[in-house]
Amino acid sequence: MSLELRVPSFASFARDVWAPLSACSLRHTVRGFFLLSLVPLLAGSAAAQGPQYRATSGPFALTECRIETVANGTVERGTVVIQGTDIVAVGPNAAVPAGATRVPCDGATVYPGFIDGGTRLGLVEIGSVRETQDLDEIGGVVPQMRALTAVNPSSVSIPVTRVSGVLAALSVPQGGLMPGTAGLIRLHGYTPDQMAAGFEGVVLRFPMTGRRGRWDRRSKEAIEKAAKEQLEALNEVWTEAVAYARIDSARTAQRSTEPMPYNPELAALLPVLRGERALLVEVNTAADILAAIEWLDETAGDRVRAVLTGVAEGWRVADNIAEARLPVVTGPVTGRPTRGGDRYDRAYTNAALLAGAGVELALRTEDTENVRNLPFHAGFAVAYGRELGFDRADALRAITLAPARIFGVADRLGSIEVGKEATLFIVDGDPFEPRSEVRETFVAGQRVPVVSRHTELNDEYLNRSPGLAR
Amino acid sequence: MRFALLALLLAASAAAQTPDRLPPADARGSLLIQNATVHTVTDGTLDDTDVLVRDGKIARIGRGLSAPRGARTLDAAGRHLTPGIIDAHSHIALSSVNEASSAVVAEVQMRDAVDPTDIGIYRALAGGVTTAHLMHGSANPVGGENETVKFRWGTLDPDGLLFEGAPRTIKFALGENPTRVHGRGRGIRPSTRMGIEQVYREAFTDARAYAAAQDAARRDGRPLPPVDRRMQTMADILTGDVLVHCHSYRADEILMLLEVLRDFGVERITFQHANEAFKVAPELAAFGAGASVFSDWWAYKFEVYYSTAYNAAILTRNGVRTSINSDDAGLIRHLYHEAAKSQRYGDLTDDEALALITLNPAWQLGIDDRVGSIEVGKDADLALFTDHPLSVYTRVDVTVVDGVVRFDRMRDGDDQRLLIDPEGEIPETLAHRHTDACMEGVALR
Repeated sequence: MSLELRVPSFASFARDVWAPLSACSLRHTVRGFFLLSLVPLLAGSAAAQGPQYRATSGPFALTECRIETVANGTVERGTVVIQGTDIVAVGPNAAVPAGATRVPCDGATVYPGFIDGGTRLGLVEIGSVRETQDLDEIGGVVPQMRALTAVNPSSVSIPVTRVSGVLAALSVPQGGLMPGTAGLIRLHGYTPDQMAAGFEGVVLRFPMTGRRGRWDRRSKEAIEKAAKEQLEALNEVWTEAVAYARIDSARTAQRSTEPMPYNPELAALLPVLRGERALLVEVNTAADILAAIEWLDETAGDRVRAVLTGVAEGWRVADNIAEARLPVVTGPVTGRPTRGGDRYDRAYTNAALLAGAGVELALRTEDTENVRNLPFHAGFAVAYGRELGFDRADALRAITLAPARIFGVADRLGSIEVGKEATLFIVDGDPFEPRSEVRETFVAGQRVPVVSRHTELNDEYLNRSPGLAR
Repeated sequence: MRFALLALLLAASAAAQTPDRLPPADARGSLLIQNATVHTVTDGTLDDTDVLVRDGKIARIGRGLSAPRGARTLDAAGRHLTPGIIDAHSHIALSSVNEASSAVVAEVQMRDAVDPTDIGIYRALAGGVTTAHLMHGSANPVGGENETVKFRWGTLDPDGLLFEGAPRTIKFALGENPTRVHGRGRGIRPSTRMGIEQVYREAFTDARAYAAAQDAARRDGRPLPPVDRRMQTMADILTGDVLVHCHSYRADEILMLLEVLRDFGVERITFQHANEAFKVAPELAAFGAGASVFSDWWAYKFEVYYSTAYNAAILTRNGVRTSINSDDAGLIRHLYHEAAKSQRYGDLTDDEALALITLNPAWQLGIDDRVGSIEVGKDADLALFTDHPLSVYTRVDVTVVDGVVRFDRMRDGDDQRLLIDPEGEIPETLAHRHTDACMEGVALR
């Protein structure tokens, strides 16, 4: 009986063995006492290894699992085999290869890693400390600023997020009209390259006629004037970008070897104009959504692949969005309604109303340190949306396969299927329910210990030593 | 009282715009809730149980109860009844939050800033909240007096919300906010946590002298020295007539204030936010202090970087009376969900988790003899949920204050405002930021 078989991570091992008398649940205590009897056998190896923070490589066989594949229904009892970075077998009869490390689910469920469609993860460490923020570069139009350049692989928020089953997130620059290029990251890795999950999109913060918050006390006229100026600025940039693209095409056609004049802003828009890179259009009020749809239709050009993000008032114009066939990344679900006169649950039901109109939909938290709440946002969309036809399967899809499809990475992420990346987790219940516990996380085939600052502090302080005595 | 005037001016037009004819603030209702799963918090969970409400109070709990004549009967079969949720830290329903002009402003009162027309009240009711502690901001080591209110939505009279008989409480604040406003912003003390300690020692010492002078004059039959409202309130803290609720984060500053309070004989304190309270849980338990924390907010400023969402569970397990609060107009709408997180970040039982948002905040506000559990004789402040209140899939159907239904999902209309801006309203987006709302209205440097 190996350590591997019984102990999912050192953190839970430590919690169980050294804090068995803490008022843990029965399941912890029982497992703790069982392990206590093994301590003499294991002490040597544990001491030699130290705390297990490092990820380990497979092959792995996740056995006796319930498997929510998302793509192909639920396997009630089966095995998932991981080799290298990928899933190589799934199903009730999948064979366990020789040499694979067994990870028994004991009836717990395997889910594809959740994907947050819009966050500041890795770009902000501490909200009020400017020096820890790489969110908004100077200059209103700076699409060449890449989130992947500044994502901090060591951000403490990343493991804090990961232990909730959220294993990938779009990291989005913010600021002016075009604040940069967002990047989809896996939530484990030591370099931006290891974290990059195959999608980047240029952010356009569409001119806004809403307030930015309660502190925004501008008059209606001032807001509208600012939005008009922004729209003029956008059209000007776009005209330049179109010209730049035309010159570039002409040079290519002429087999010119002379490089294009150095213009990183326009160069960054080139792949957007050619439909090689998505345009993420942040837009929230009903009027602005309609204006953005019109702008995309009339000005942006046929080849532009746009995704609407935010879309807080999408429910007001859901049919228009559906008709324009624009995919949407919406959230935070647990946000507040945009208007005092709106029903109290509008933010909760927005996803359901958009989906009901036929919009392809993913969810986001728009958060940094609490991206871990993405499963709860999904749960709220169900709690308030099920009467409108938005069920648990819809919400699950909106944080797995739907964002993977919208970001063009559905060949690698978003479901438990052979040939996809083994970015998945094991949970002992419904991952949308607070009481459920994530037991195991795998990112690109690596088994990553379920440890974060928050679990570590709990391990240290639940039964502090020394306590009151000096 | 500025607001009372405004309310009077607007009363005529607003009444017509009220979606339903809402009962007045002093209404006390009668009601029979049948066949609910009743989470009493103090006496376990009772299946298939009736709760009879008479004149605003819980009259009976049992089976087969019958309704008094004319009282509404609510069939709650399959649904869950909990005590009305209590938020120990809120800034909704206030027209202003910070009087930041001095390190000590014990003379100001949030009572003067209560806004009964804030739509935030209705939205909180829709999340099962019936009572909230409306707090002064955290710009100063000693802020103003807070106000404990009930969400009697529908009244235009600010005083209609006041929780009659609730003890007076005051806001204290430690750490980054007061040092930023005073030290960095104005170049005056405090600019460090050392300075904050001395602000308290000086203010309490002055208050002692003030009270002694007043007492001596009274005893000797001499004319009383001039009344100083600031000093009088500080003196009322020393006598225990005003409970302290202190904005705090770091463990060291929490220990500092416990020392100061011990030196001046102050016994009742609840630490608000208290992200690092888990580090000094044994000391808090020994003092008998309470902690009112976020479920999971952290990292929005440096002093909450070394946080853990297990805070509430660690505190509870170490014997500290703990509540979970919102400090936010968004979060207040789903405190039941915030409490449920204590079962992910820790292993609290259902009763322990529900106590975080009912009985424990009631105790911290000194109103646990009136609210916070479903017991005969207590106020009929109740929330009826569609599912288990700690499930992510639950929703509030009905919220009752003093036996009066103040939120009913079946009768919820599109626009529930009491006052409507004739200019129309501009949609507000991008409001999602985790930060304590305690600094509202303060220009920061």
